[in-house]
Amino acid sequence: MSALTPIAPGLWTDEAEPRLIGARRGDGEIVFPVPDGDAAALVEPVALSRRGTLWSWTTQGFEPKEPYSGPQPFQPFLIGYVELPGEVIVETRIVDANPADLIIGMPMEFAIIPFDDARSTYAFRPERQP
Amino acid sequence: MNDDVHIIGAGIHPFGRTDGRSGRDQGVYAVREALTDAGIEWGDVEFAYGGSAAAGSADIMVNELGLTSVPFINVANGCATGGSALTAARNAIAAGACDIALAVGFDKHPRGAFNAKPSDYGLPLWYGETGMMLTTQFFALKIQRYMALHGISRRTLGLVAEKAFRNGTLCDHAWRRSPVDLDTILNAPVVNDPLTKYMFCSPAEGAVALVLASSRKVRELGSDAVRIASVAFRTRPEGSFEVFAPSISVDGGGKPTEVASRAAFEMAGIGPEDVSVAQLQDTESGAEIMHMAENGFCADGEQEQWLAEGWSEIGGKLPINTDGGCLACGEPIGASGLRQVYENTVQLRGRGGERQVPNGPKVGYSHVYGAPGLSAVAILER
Repeated sequence: MSALTPIAPGLWTDEAEPRLIGARRGDGEIVFPVPDGDAAALVEPVALSRRGTLWSWTTQGFEPKEPYSGPQPFQPFLIGYVELPGEVIVETRIVDANPADLIIGMPMEFAIIPFDDARSTYAFRPERQP
Repeated sequence: MNDDVHIIGAGIHPFGRTDGRSGRDQGVYAVREALTDAGIEWGDVEFAYGGSAAAGSADIMVNELGLTSVPFINVANGCATGGSALTAARNAIAAGACDIALAVGFDKHPRGAFNAKPSDYGLPLWYGETGMMLTTQFFALKIQRYMALHGISRRTLGLVAEKAFRNGTLCDHAWRRSPVDLDTILNAPVVNDPLTKYMFCSPAEGAVALVLASSRKVRELGSDAVRIASVAFRTRPEGSFEVFAPSISVDGGGKPTEVASRAAFEMAGIGPEDVSVAQLQDTESGAEIMHMAENGFCADGEQEQWLAEGWSEIGGKLPINTDGGCLACGEPIGASGLRQVYENTVQLRGRGGERQVPNGPKVGYSHVYGAPGLSAVAILER
């Protein structure tokens, strides 16, 4: 099995436990992803926390129109926002969960997941209880 | 300066699907209705503003309406196209530039959810490729959290949709003219949890035109006029949570609706308690719920009791979306905000027929919200 290519460069760090890469603005506010174009010169890249809490969630049960390029046939998925304390709230896929399991405020952890046969993307999943 | 600006003519092309008639032709139809209603000719219009999101330029309408050399400014401002046209037309009269101005909006969208291009919104392609760039997701994510924080039930979401379809049965410009019962709404397929297909509006077609006039012209014509007490159009403030947001500030922030609403009330010199009928952006059921609070009509969480008691029904203490709103009329983007103002004009003139708000409503409030985080509020007074 060949390694998957990230869906886009610069979204997460290349390390054993990857982290999303955010951008700290001059006023201290962190945004995600790092902006491109001229705005990129005004921010400092910052690796974000791998743990956070569920801020909101929903289901995606129908296939989005273009430019959605997920695998065929369409598989429904979960998306949501995860709050990384003191940093930023990021929009993300949610994996390894059913809607009935999801409670706003529950602990979540970062993961890199396959997007299709060739590409990977980022996600969060409910934190595994020890 | 003319301080007061009035609506003296209101025209609408029925919303929904009109095969064989272009969006712009629906616009021309609405303009002619508005001119007839105002008792004036196209040649009397001194300034025109209009637009659509997906049905072409508005100024081409002069081919049908008449080549009178009228200055006609095309407005292209997404969901605020109609509100922007109204704001500009009002300001032209208030500035003394003319005595009669037109605001028109129309649209004709393909079926299915709106299809947004990431680059149009300054977003990277992967955001769309991974299936995160859907307006329906935003509304579901916003109401999901709101329900958890403020104790709003799924049943209340259903009651909003049930009311919309019931009001739509009474409205000749509505698209959905059949009632849908609560169980059907709640048990329908889920689009984005917690919202079912009956809780979402659909892209549609339609057109609205409004003729605005100065006080001097109202006296001269003896018009059946409704005064525009205020119009406020605002983009998003720092830290707000909007559609197409890969990230949100942990510090929270304001909302464009709150900012526009406060400005409109301040300019009109009245408060939410003075409003007798309201048209609030109801892209989906949850939007109406949240916008009730964001516009100052209730506190967060009180909507549960409002819907249970029927306070937002026609005949309730504050009727909301008396023509069925976006849920029953559909959403032709360029026309949708003006439809709300049209409906308030109908209500304040007492011409609502079966859906007329009782006891002579005096103040009508309209609120539009859209991507990428903007809001326009208009307050009309009789």
